[in-house]
Amino acid sequence: MSTQAYYVPAQSRWPIMASVSLFLIAFGAGTLINALSADAGGGLGLTLLLAGALCMGLILTGWFGHVIDESRQGLYSDQMDRSFRWGMSWFIFSEVMFFSAFFGALFYVRNLSVPWLGGEGEKGVANMLWQGFEATWPLMKTPDMTAYPGPGGLIDPLHLPLVNTLLLLSSSVTVTFAHYRLKQDRRPQVILWLLLTIALGSAFLVFQAVEYIEAYHELGLTLHAGIYGATFFILTGFHGMHVTLGTLMLIIILLRVIRGHFEPDHHFGFEAVSWYWHFVDVVWVGLFLFVYLL
Amino acid sequence: MGSLEQSVHSTGHHGPATGITRWLYTTNHKDIGTLYLFFSLTMFFIGGCMALTIRAELFQPGLQLVRPEFFNQMTTSHGLIMVFGAVMPAFVGLANWLIPMMIGAPDMALPRMNNWSFWILPFAFTMMLSTLLMEGGGPNFGWTFYAPLSTTYAPPSVTFFIFAVHMMGISSIMGAINVIATILNMRAPGMKLMDMPLFVWTWLITAFLLIAVMPVLAGVVTMMLMDIHFGTSFFDAAGGGDPVLFQHVFWFFGHPEVYIMILPAFGVVSEIIPTFARKRLFGYTSMVYATASIAILSFIVWAHHMFAVGMPLAGELFFMFTTMLIAVPTGVKVFNWVATMYRGSMTFETPMLFALAFVVLFTIGGFSGLMLAIAPADFQYHDTYFVVAHFHYVLVPGSIFALMAATYFWLPKWTGHMYNESMAKLHFWLSFIGVNITFFPMHFLGLAGMPRRIPDYALQFADFNMVATFGAFLFGFSQLVFVYNIISCIRSGRQATDRVWEGSHGLEWTLPSPPPYHSFTEPPVFTHPYKENDRGV
Repeated sequence: MSTQAYYVPAQSRWPIMASVSLFLIAFGAGTLINALSADAGGGLGLTLLLAGALCMGLILTGWFGHVIDESRQGLYSDQMDRSFRWGMSWFIFSEVMFFSAFFGALFYVRNLSVPWLGGEGEKGVANMLWQGFEATWPLMKTPDMTAYPGPGGLIDPLHLPLVNTLLLLSSSVTVTFAHYRLKQDRRPQVILWLLLTIALGSAFLVFQAVEYIEAYHELGLTLHAGIYGATFFILTGFHGMHVTLGTLMLIIILLRVIRGHFEPDHHFGFEAVSWYWHFVDVVWVGLFLFVYLL
Repeated sequence: MGSLEQSVHSTGHHGPATGITRWLYTTNHKDIGTLYLFFSLTMFFIGGCMALTIRAELFQPGLQLVRPEFFNQMTTSHGLIMVFGAVMPAFVGLANWLIPMMIGAPDMALPRMNNWSFWILPFAFTMMLSTLLMEGGGPNFGWTFYAPLSTTYAPPSVTFFIFAVHMMGISSIMGAINVIATILNMRAPGMKLMDMPLFVWTWLITAFLLIAVMPVLAGVVTMMLMDIHFGTSFFDAAGGGDPVLFQHVFWFFGHPEVYIMILPAFGVVSEIIPTFARKRLFGYTSMVYATASIAILSFIVWAHHMFAVGMPLAGELFFMFTTMLIAVPTGVKVFNWVATMYRGSMTFETPMLFALAFVVLFTIGGFSGLMLAIAPADFQYHDTYFVVAHFHYVLVPGSIFALMAATYFWLPKWTGHMYNESMAKLHFWLSFIGVNITFFPMHFLGLAGMPRRIPDYALQFADFNMVATFGAFLFGFSQLVFVYNIISCIRSGRQATDRVWEGSHGLEWTLPSPPPYHSFTEPPVFTHPYKENDRGV
């Protein structure tokens, strides 16, 4: 290894363009949200946001495409491969911490602050604010029902969520099968297992959408339904966004497999996506247990 | 491919591009390090002007110069800009410049992402600063942006503040991933983890802290955004939430964050003191373990910022004792530096002066921190100028002095020129005196009960406030000497040798001054500068 020359990429325009797009997205989203909250038209903000998102999509396509080209030209050493591995692992760790913030919030309100509001323990004086409030979880009756009308009903965990659990868990298995087949260089089977994984992921997303519609229209379980609705939607919502991103990544990997990319012993792009998919799966298990079931 | 970018198959010998595109498109760790450093210097002056606005208003009791609403925006923006715009990017700049040179790497592990990490920042801070001009004014809820001040009672510009924080978080996380990948994967053959310079070690641990807590900050501002605009009740007890939840999540980020700002400073000082004491560091291994212990402890002390908010007794005690525990590894560090100097052949060039001031003044800040850690005593100190004095002692003569020490220490290596030593010494003494005049009286103000974040105060606080304002202007304007010295050093000056300092050690000093555009085109032979040091002899 010691004699191998280092690979350092030349100047690149992608990052600065990506920074401008990120700024457009952030500034556009801020303008749009503020306009919506003030009941003003959100035209300018929406335009900026969409323009930024479109540019970002094109830039990421170009940037990743460039990296794929470099990789296929054989420019990357084993050392470069390890850098990508470290990069992806720590990125997933940062995602874990992002979800920990919301899980932490859930555990805090469930186990500490809602019981305190209900008059329990040394902080029970908080009960003086809303006398007669009873601490329960899930919190069906909020302290101030006019400001935050509690949820009318709850999602049955043994109905759609259980189906979704089975879907995601089996999708983790199918993506692993695809990986094994790739190592054996049996491409048609890789494509088959990947297609199945994408189908399972998409089915999960469809069921999640059905569940949200049911929550909003039939159960009165909304963002506005007090702390149960807030924790429910922020956790499942961000998870759903991650599943969406993961499914997109799987589709890209599928297209790359169809185009003949990846070698049996050299396919980090594939592995990175499967790591991400397993991560999304593990988060769901936590969600199913602590948001729906327990 | 091709048209947008040209690929270079090996490091080759290409030098920097010319013109503005060199800086916009660069993938070079030195260019990006320079960008970070100049960006943070700019932010340091912007945040400094805000600090001087605050001090000018507080020169006398009563309302003189600014409206109270604007005063609140100044305290908030000053804190946010100094933390996220000045100190953090400056240390990332040092990491960029130094880590590849110190471990014998050609560049950072992921050079294009490195560029992206930097260039997000100017946009994020443009957005953050633009809030000051928006209707309703900029953020006015303090740099800790406690709910419901930052939610129910916030100006509309808080939305942009939230997105600016998201951008900074993305930048920091990518920067930290890059640092970790570089350190774990790009070391010269033969350099084991326990052979790395301490600056590299402290940055490895800092990067871990960044990746662990910046997403939590993203989480808490997201909950704010949801509460403000989408009807959730995370921080509203009327819906079953809790405003104190905000503080818990914020400080779970916030406490590791303060170590993010000080651990690399420990690394800098641990490089400088052995150089000018002409001795090896007293205990390399204990320094590494102390740094790691501080990082681990930083995750279980957060609620010491919240003693006065109302917590169960068990919570108060737990967080009090864990906080005091931090004094142990920190003490290990301070004694280590002192023992390194013991019977050394010391000289007092400017980097050493700043490093010495760091050790003394940071320790003062550490001791006032211990006082604040005592929960019953904290009920008295909470939200007073004593807290302001404490964290400015650890941040200004702590982090900032370490940054200045680092600048003088490595500037000859970076530019190839020696800086003007007498001007640097003038800068040091003006800064040292200015800092102490500014912040030492704040201890007395706080103990006497002056609350923080107010534009007006009772008459009995007038004298010390006047003194503090005088010191602040002295400190602020003496930084112009610093800038002048840096710029003249970049332009001209006596040619620096490769080793620069008599006692210098480490791979970066084996390179020419200034170093070539790509430091090491092939892995250097690594010999152990620290190895025989393990027993601390």
